[in-house]
Amino acid sequence: MMMGDFSPYNPSYWALFVEFWQLNDPNAVWVLIGSALLGVSASVIGGFAFLRKRSLMGDALAHAALPGVMTAFILFHANTPILMFLGAVTSSFLGLFLMDWLPKNTKIKPDAAMAITLSFFFALGLMELSYIQGLEVAGKSGLDKILFGQAAAMLPHDIYLLSIVALVVLAMVALFFQKFRLIAFNRSYAKSIGLNIPFYEVLLALLIVMSVVIGLQIVGVVLMAAVLLTPVAAAKFWNQNLSAMLMTAGVIGAISGVLSANISYMAPAMPTGPWMVVVLFILFLVSFLFAPQKGLLSNLAQQRQLRRQVCEENVLRTFYVLNERHPVNQDKAQSNIDLGLAFSEEAILAARGMAISKLKKTVQRLEQKGFLKRTDDVDGLRLTEMGAFLAMTLTRRHRLWESYLTEQLDMDTDKVHHYAEQIEHLLTDEETKQLEQALAQQGKRQDPHGREIPENHGMIANNEGTK
Amino acid sequence: MISDVWIIATASLVAISCSMVGVFLVLRRMSLLGDAISHSVLLGIVLAYLIAGSRSVVAMMIGATLIGLLTAWLSNALHRVSKIQTDASIGIIFTWFFALGVILISVYAGQVDLDQECVLYGEIAFVPFDTVIWGEQELGPRALWIIGGVFLVNLILIVLAFERFKLVAFHPALALSLGVSVSFWHYLLMTMVSLTTVASFDAVGAILVVALLVIPASSAYLLASSLKSMLWMAAGYAQVSVLLGYAMAVWLDSSIAASIAVMAGVLLIVTVLLLQWKKQWRGSQVKEAMLDGKLQ
Repeated sequence: MMMGDFSPYNPSYWALFVEFWQLNDPNAVWVLIGSALLGVSASVIGGFAFLRKRSLMGDALAHAALPGVMTAFILFHANTPILMFLGAVTSSFLGLFLMDWLPKNTKIKPDAAMAITLSFFFALGLMELSYIQGLEVAGKSGLDKILFGQAAAMLPHDIYLLSIVALVVLAMVALFFQKFRLIAFNRSYAKSIGLNIPFYEVLLALLIVMSVVIGLQIVGVVLMAAVLLTPVAAAKFWNQNLSAMLMTAGVIGAISGVLSANISYMAPAMPTGPWMVVVLFILFLVSFLFAPQKGLLSNLAQQRQLRRQVCEENVLRTFYVLNERHPVNQDKAQSNIDLGLAFSEEAILAARGMAISKLKKTVQRLEQKGFLKRTDDVDGLRLTEMGAFLAMTLTRRHRLWESYLTEQLDMDTDKVHHYAEQIEHLLTDEETKQLEQALAQQGKRQDPHGREIPENHGMIANNEGTK
Repeated sequence: MISDVWIIATASLVAISCSMVGVFLVLRRMSLLGDAISHSVLLGIVLAYLIAGSRSVVAMMIGATLIGLLTAWLSNALHRVSKIQTDASIGIIFTWFFALGVILISVYAGQVDLDQECVLYGEIAFVPFDTVIWGEQELGPRALWIIGGVFLVNLILIVLAFERFKLVAFHPALALSLGVSVSFWHYLLMTMVSLTTVASFDAVGAILVVALLVIPASSAYLLASSLKSMLWMAAGYAQVSVLLGYAMAVWLDSSIAASIAVMAGVLLIVTVLLLQWKKQWRGSQVKEAMLDGKLQ
């Protein structure tokens, strides 16, 4: 294939795209259905391998299928889908057995066992393949397609088998979902309720092997691992819940199957498998970056938000302490102190070490939110009424937490401030109330440094306060 | 006849270089990273072809090494940032790189002297025909010189930094506390894996390299009692695999590289079976001794 065939400016390229989606070509429709079904079933079943921390099992199993296909051909001199399927399943299962047996019975570690199985079976398959190429037999031409997959070259009877197996896999997963989940997450409990674990493990292994084997014709031996692994890794960023995660993985698998069927229709000489893998990787990247809760960008935004909140809360607390220490408030009871005094930025910096640029930005945000006000006469800042209220609540929370750490957890008084600084920003109102109750029983009114804990003036939702 | 000698010499150097590096991969439980790098160097090789415009050895080495290091670094970074398991991160990155490599080969087929099959098998049988010529003198196959160079680099690095490699392989935590940069030695090892893989590419193909990286080293791991003995045994296993594999390939008229890898596997299986048998024999000896009342 020359480069020109793939130019996006080549009109015939787009004509083929339209032609594909008119779904007039029954062969193309079959390839479409087959690829989509494979995408769904492999992604769903791959989820269980992922959960069991054996993500690359699919890689090893796909490589291990090769000698089975070749041996079936050498024995029967025939290239029927069902024969190839049975050969592949048998040798994948042998590979799975070897992969489990080696680490259990020898010093060899699981990762090496996987690499050994993968490369030994693959080498065996290639050796047989090169031996077959030297034989004078008919029907050997399609055998090497299994290495990289060739969706466009599939015949309807290949796809019937593929579709049936994919549907069987999906049905079995739906049927035994609860049991597979139990074994994956809580093995000892599953054992205690008398679940036949070996049976379900073999069943799961069989389903994984079957998905891998039917994928070979579309994706090929070398890249089959990606179809089992990448969708579920991507789905992990969208969902917590297992069934939702598997469904998302299935959708991602289906999309990649459909798109790669489309690509292989437009460019039959293009290897389908690699395109499916590239599509999957793009979907993974999108999930990894943009997923709303667990994606990288949203994580970074949350971290930034938290850092800002910490700065704001620290500045407000500093204001409270500055007010408290001021001569005007010297002899007053905690409930009467005047929180409306003005302080310069230098005074704030002296009380709390932070970068001056950071302080300026934080002050600016607090002003915008109406917690701080600039006084007219000197270059000073003071708390607004709302700000004073929030500063008191935050100080209260900080001192309660410090007291709790020293009283209940016997922490060193010198260290508690440091710990409190780290965690206090994450305390909720509910937790503050619990702290209060725990400490009220001891009649505790002061923090470990001997300062009074401000009264509760009715909680405001403090996490909303500075957000 | 003379070409047989060249082939066996090249294959031996490939197998021994791989097994040397493989020993450290197996010890550090990074066999799968070796698998990943040997797949993804394909992308480096294709990119080097496209950028350099020729089958230049230097460009190939640079491209493959960079992509090999990128694979190791990216899978580690993905694992750290996304909290996805290590092996899953490795799998996602290397399958993507390999897929890109294969797609580039298809797109530029005809412009680059590469095809998908050579990615898998390599063609060691053609090695003797591509020779280095210095003036009038024919100096032997090019592939032999390349892998010979990489073999020397590996050998020198391992001999010079033997103690460091040992420390990092067996006691990474201690190494860290002694101020040894574990990540430097990690990436040095990854560089050696990439170089060895790309040098072996002509001879055994990208994927079969994994067999030579992991299998002889694992056989040696079963028997060896020290790092030094493990290195020697791995080299021994590699050499025997080459000789038996070549014989099998001639006998069955099959791919030489694949036969060598299969032989490495057969030797491992034989080793495992002998060890199992010895264990059982010992067990029955002890039992007999106890029944005889010798062991009280």
